Amino acid sequence: MHNHRVIPGFGLSLGFTITYLSLIILIPLAALFLNAGGLGPAEWWRILSTPRVLAAAKLTFGASAAAAAVSVGVGLLVTWVLVRYRFPGRRLLDAMVDLPFALPTAVAGITLTSLYAPNGWLGGYLAKWGIQGAYSPFGVFIALTFIGFPFVVRTVQPVMEDLGSELEEAAATLGAGRWTVFRRVILPALVPALVTGFTLAFARAIGEYGSVIFISGNLPMKTEILPLLIVSQLEQYKYRDAAVIAAGMLLVSFTLLFLINLLQRQLDWHKR
Amino acid sequence: MSISIQSIHKAFGNYTALDDISLEVPDGSLTALLGPSGSGKTTLLRIVAGLECADPGSGRILFHGKDVSEVAAGKRGVGFVFQHYALFKHMTIAQNIAFGLDVMPFAQRPKRAEIRQRVAELLHLVRLEGLDKRRPHELSGGQRQRVALARALAIRPKVLLLDEPFGALDAQVRKELRRWLRQFHDEINLTTLFVTHDQEEALELADQVVVMRNARIEQTGTPQQIYDEPRTSFVYEFLGEVNKLPDGRYIRPHEIELRFAAEEGVDVTGRVSHLFVAGPFARVSVVPEHGRRGELEIWASRDQVEEMALANGDVIGLHFPTLKKLT
Repeated sequence: MHNHRVIPGFGLSLGFTITYLSLIILIPLAALFLNAGGLGPAEWWRILSTPRVLAAAKLTFGASAAAAAVSVGVGLLVTWVLVRYRFPGRRLLDAMVDLPFALPTAVAGITLTSLYAPNGWLGGYLAKWGIQGAYSPFGVFIALTFIGFPFVVRTVQPVMEDLGSELEEAAATLGAGRWTVFRRVILPALVPALVTGFTLAFARAIGEYGSVIFISGNLPMKTEILPLLIVSQLEQYKYRDAAVIAAGMLLVSFTLLFLINLLQRQLDWHKR
Repeated sequence: MSISIQSIHKAFGNYTALDDISLEVPDGSLTALLGPSGSGKTTLLRIVAGLECADPGSGRILFHGKDVSEVAAGKRGVGFVFQHYALFKHMTIAQNIAFGLDVMPFAQRPKRAEIRQRVAELLHLVRLEGLDKRRPHELSGGQRQRVALARALAIRPKVLLLDEPFGALDAQVRKELRRWLRQFHDEINLTTLFVTHDQEEALELADQVVVMRNARIEQTGTPQQIYDEPRTSFVYEFLGEVNKLPDGRYIRPHEIELRFAAEEGVDVTGRVSHLFVAGPFARVSVVPEHGRRGELEIWASRDQVEEMALANGDVIGLHFPTLKKLT
C-alpha cells in the first residue's frame, strides 16, 4: 500500500468481507448452480418451459411487481402522513409499520386468509362485488402487498424528513401551486428512494413463501408460486428439477434487480 | 415598491416572536434587519413574504400602499432568498432559474424562447454565464447563492427578501458577495429587505438599519446614525466593541485618546495590561487606577504607540472626548 488511508486495515476488512460473502452467499449459490449445471441446456429448457413452471413464474413475478408498485403508492402516502403531520398515536402508527417485518409470515398468511376467505370479514364484501379474495391470484397479491410496504416506508421516510420545508417554500414564493410543488419539487427528490423501496419490496415478494402458501390455495397453473413449486419438487425427490427452477428464478431475479440498480444510478446523479 | 409594516404581532404558543412591530421600508432602499438570534427578524421577513401569517387581528403589511396581508406568498410578487439556497437539486441551473416562469399559468407564461432569453440575461446579471447546464451540487456556496438570487429575480419581483444571505458562506466569499450585492442593488434598485446577525454586514451594506431585540425594534436609522448615536445600551453593545464605564457611560475603543500620565486633559490614569500591534493599528488594554474596576480597550495607531514607547506595565493617561450616558 503506497498511499496512506485515514482508516487502516483496508486489506483486512476487504479480505473479511469477501470471505464472509463467499461463505454466506456465494458458496450456497454456487452449489445450487453446480447441482443444476449437471444438466445440459436442453434439459434446462425442458424443465423451465413446462406450462406449470411458466404459469408459476408469471404469477410470482407479476404479482410481486404489482404488489411492489402498490406498496410504493401506499407507502408514499403513509410516509407522508407520518412525516408531515403531528397527531396523537403517530408514534404507535410508526411502530406498527414494522410489524410485517417481525410477524412470522405463516401468522400473517393465516390471518389474511381468514380475513379474505369468501366467508371471512373482508372476503364477504369482496364476494358481493364478484371478487375472490383468498385462494386466487388476487390473494397472492394481497399477501405480497402486506409484506412489501414497510420497505417503502422505511426507505422513503428519512429522505422525506431531510427534505425540510425550505424547498416547498422557495417554490411557493415563485408562484407554484401545491400540486406543482408536489409534482415538480417533492416527488423528483423522492424518486430514488421510491425506486429503492420498490426494489426491496419486489425482491422480498419474489422470495416470499410463508404467507402466500396459506392464502393462495396452491392450485397448480392457477395460484401456485415458484417457491412453492420448488418445495413440491423437492418433496417428490426431483432435486434436479428443483435446482433448475431455483437457478432460473435466481437468474431472472438477478437480471431484474441489476436493471433496477442501473436505473437507480441514472436517477442518483444529483446526489453528492 | 415601498413596504409598510403596521403593528404586526406574532406569537408561537406562549412565545412572542414579534411584539407590535411597525416599520417603513422606502422604495428602492436596501434595509437590514439586524439582531441576535431569537430577536424575531427572520419571522418578520417571513411574514412580509407571506410564508408566515401575523396573528389574527394584529396588523397589516402594505406593498406600495396596497394591503397584501391576505395575499398568498406566490401572488405577492416577492423574491425570497434562503440562507441555505434551497435550490432544486434535480434541476440544472437554468431549470432552477426558469422555475418561477415555467410554473406560471399558461396564459401568462412567456414563450420558451423568451424564458431562455431571460435565463441567459439573469445568468449574465449574477455573473454565472456558462454554468446553465450544471447542477447545484457542482457549484460553490457563493455561486449557489447567486443562482438562488437569479431564480428569485426571474419572476420580476416587486421586493426582494434575503434571509441571512451570506450566513452559510466563509468569510472571504462573504465579503466579496456583500460588496457585489451592494453594487448589484444600485444597478437594479429593487426594494430589498435582508436579515443578518452580523453588524458589520448590516452597517456596510444597508441604507437603513433596523436593530431588533426580543421581538421589538430597538432602533431604526442610517448606519451612521445607528453607530454614532445608539439610543440604547443594547444597540451600543451590539454594534461593535464598546467600553462600558462603571457609572453606566459608554465609549468606543477608538474614541479614547492615549496621553502621558502627567499631560493635560487626562481623565483617568491606568496601567497597560496588554498590548497588541497588528499592521497600522494597536490594541491597548488598560487597567484604570484609583478604585475604578474593569479593563478599558483602546484602539490607537501604531505610530502613536511607538512614539510613546508604550510597553506592558506602563502607567499612562486616558482622555475621553465624548461620553454618552444611556439607559
